[in-house]
Amino acid sequence: MTDEVAVPFLRIENLSKRFGVFTALRDINLEVRRGEFVCFLGPSGCGKTTLLRAIAGLDFQDEGRIEIGGRDVSRAPPAERDFGIVFQSYALFPNLTVAQNVAYGLVNRRHSRDEINRRVTELLALVGLPDQGKKYPIQLSGGQQQRVALARALATSPGLLLLDEPLSALDAKVRVRLRDEIRALQKRLGVTTIMVTHDQEEALAMADRIVVMNQGVIEQVGDPAEIYRAPATPFVADFVGHMTFLDAVVVGPQRVRVGALELDVADDGLLPAGAPVRLAMRPEDVRTRSITTETPNRFEARVDTISFLGSFCRARLSPTVSPETSIAADFSTNAMRDLGITEGDIRTVAFPPEALRVFAAPTARAS
Amino acid sequence: MSEVALRTAPAVQATLRRRLTENQVAVLGVMILAGILAVIIALPLWALLSKSFQNDSGAFVGLANFIRYFSTPTLIASLFNSLFVAAVSTAIVVPLAFVYAYGLTRSCMPAKGIFYGIALLPIFAPSLLSALSLLYIFGNQGFLKSVLMGASIYGPIGIIVAEVLYCFPHAFLILATALALADGRLYEAAAALGTSRARVFRTITLPGARYGVISAIFIVFTLVVTDFGIPKVIGGQYSVLATDAYKQVVGQQNFPMGAVVGVILLVPAALAFLVDRIAERKQVALLSARAVPFEPKPEWGRDLAFLAYAVVIGGLIVATYGVAVWASFIRYWPYNLSLTLDNYIFENVEPSGWEPYSNSLQMAASAAVIGTGLVFSGAYLIEKMKVFPIGRALVHFLAMLPMAVPGLVLGLGYVFFFNASWNPLNILYGTLTVLVVNTIAHFYTVAHITALTALKQIDQEFEAVSASLKVPFWRTFSRVTVPICLPAILDIAVYIFVNALTTVSAVIFLYGPGTKLASIAIVHMDEAGAIASAAAMATTIMATAITVKFVHLALNYFVFERLQAWRKR
Repeated sequence: MTDEVAVPFLRIENLSKRFGVFTALRDINLEVRRGEFVCFLGPSGCGKTTLLRAIAGLDFQDEGRIEIGGRDVSRAPPAERDFGIVFQSYALFPNLTVAQNVAYGLVNRRHSRDEINRRVTELLALVGLPDQGKKYPIQLSGGQQQRVALARALATSPGLLLLDEPLSALDAKVRVRLRDEIRALQKRLGVTTIMVTHDQEEALAMADRIVVMNQGVIEQVGDPAEIYRAPATPFVADFVGHMTFLDAVVVGPQRVRVGALELDVADDGLLPAGAPVRLAMRPEDVRTRSITTETPNRFEARVDTISFLGSFCRARLSPTVSPETSIAADFSTNAMRDLGITEGDIRTVAFPPEALRVFAAPTARAS
Repeated sequence: MSEVALRTAPAVQATLRRRLTENQVAVLGVMILAGILAVIIALPLWALLSKSFQNDSGAFVGLANFIRYFSTPTLIASLFNSLFVAAVSTAIVVPLAFVYAYGLTRSCMPAKGIFYGIALLPIFAPSLLSALSLLYIFGNQGFLKSVLMGASIYGPIGIIVAEVLYCFPHAFLILATALALADGRLYEAAAALGTSRARVFRTITLPGARYGVISAIFIVFTLVVTDFGIPKVIGGQYSVLATDAYKQVVGQQNFPMGAVVGVILLVPAALAFLVDRIAERKQVALLSARAVPFEPKPEWGRDLAFLAYAVVIGGLIVATYGVAVWASFIRYWPYNLSLTLDNYIFENVEPSGWEPYSNSLQMAASAAVIGTGLVFSGAYLIEKMKVFPIGRALVHFLAMLPMAVPGLVLGLGYVFFFNASWNPLNILYGTLTVLVVNTIAHFYTVAHITALTALKQIDQEFEAVSASLKVPFWRTFSRVTVPICLPAILDIAVYIFVNALTTVSAVIFLYGPGTKLASIAIVHMDEAGAIASAAAMATTIMATAITVKFVHLALNYFVFERLQAWRKR
């Protein structure tokens, strides 16, 4: 057992893939542990699907190595790799019943009919569709079809489950329910799973680890909290969650200036004084309550606008000392009511130093 | 946990060995297909081209044959005759078909289905049936001969009228498709702006259909230039390119000159093919995914006008073909109009009797079955297999080639290739096999496009899913792909069958003793002056083709609509 943990189930080394002049993947290195749920997250065209298809053997990489379960499968066709796959389009065979779809990969494996039937019944129960085996895919809803596709992919008990945007074609409510179910099922079966998604909320909610990708490279690998709280690059900061970016200058150790406002930061990225930086902060980290004279990074700000977004409100604030700076701040509906925040108010707010992220300024990018 | 219970290492091991061959099977399939298409399409064309640069004894003579062609006044005259009848026929048939198609797609006239069917009627008969009809109506014994005011139906007039009838469904289908693809939002916007009807037509309708019009013009022009049956029957002394090629090869055994005529016939066809491809690409681009289909609203004045127009045009088509059918049952036109079945006793005028008809059925059925299998599995290989891209591209190119090659030209190529003494395949010459092969090649492109379209519509990930489930692709092909595509497969089979029954141009060079086809028998009976029997044979073919079409429709309705529950919610 300890051996299995030490050796990664999936190992990708120096993987590259080009389509003509376009580089889809550039020198990808990644390890996935057995039983882990990993999300490839990124905007469309970032290479996440290309990476998944390379792992499946559906498209071959130009360079690099892929190892699954300790075996080098870099040049192996899909059938020699041990995986099940679920696509955004479900890809259910429309002319076969649900049961026949689930049994599709079992039929040619020398199992008896009874054995197959038992397995199909078991799988359909597993995905919450008992007694639906005789229906045809078109008679099911999108969410049900995706469950069938999941059952079919799991039927042969693959060591690796690949999910290619499995929830993107579904309605918002079904999507949330199914994502919880998939996660619970994955935990129960302990199958190593890789899911491709462009939906950061989905990735944060489901993954053990998230691989954030952009333009063919991995920007950051980390667990959801890490990715959210400590984004390694401005891209990750911007892509995952909401983020206010402010142009700033380092004025001393752990001290930056935005306009006329000087702020403490917990981590200055070891940049020298005078270095231009970009300061990033999440709207929900702006504090309005229990601010005392001891609270660092405390300043007066005007509430310019308030948008009601249901469970919370997003306000735009401008510090009174530097009114040209605009900062997004989220206030819970409770806070709004308790504090009576309205547009035009002047409020004292604070940035917790540990909530401020400092990135070296990229060359001339507007915030 | 029991989920893991079925996980068996040996199963993975077993597929390991087999999957190695699975890719090889796909590559092998592509290679075999490329080989077959090379033999049945590329090499005959190559034989034709090279023959046009050789003399009788096979020595290379450069452009000498072409120079001789262009310095022979009678041959040049045929070239201009061909261009003339093609230009006039096109100028007549495209506007006629446009208005007809417009009425069926953009008005609320009643009985659209019937008029749609009537417009397609000529497709189900050999092209020369329209010419035979005209002989009965306007020929020397015709009841409307006086209408011509002394002019003869034998010659350009007859050719043009017959070609207009024969080409009408082809133009109509293209234009109806183009006119059906309209974005209703544009018309609503125009109406909201108070645009006049003429301006809407000029600024929205015509631009939307212009690629269809261009395509129809080129297709009709080519059909007329390359058609053999009609000028053969009604051309009289008026010679055209297609009849010249026949005379040079069959009459005078002048193969090099026949090849030159073939190459010249290739020019308009290849041009039409290119224009059609470009037009189609643009036409598709016109309609965005968000377009709302145009729905005509009732407007009794307009609808009545289009109905009247459709009655006149459809009536003319039915009447013309009806005369030939009727005449085939007449004892002695026009003197004894009593009905008889004598004209159907073909032994009276043709030594082979009914044999050509059974030959035709056998040939058409074989071509339909073998051709459909070849076309569909070929299309599957090049669309769904990701192996051997160069081979797949070559196959696709070869599959698209026949569209640019008139039947007559392909037939000539077959003569030069399959009749060559150096070719071991020459034992096939004159057999039913070569007729089947030629027919499959002749109609390959449309069948190929139909198959590709159907395959593109099914989920692109089926092969990936099967691979992940360790199911070989051929199993998914037979268990999933073929059942899903059955309607398209049936379309292809019926298309090949009907065309195999009615085609004359390619096979006229290839039949042998004992393999004469019905369509060729019609030409021979007409040559022998037995017009009533020719009409009878043509009627038999048309009746067979229409019957097959109805069986097709019935199958579509009962099998696909009723029995296959999985197609419907």
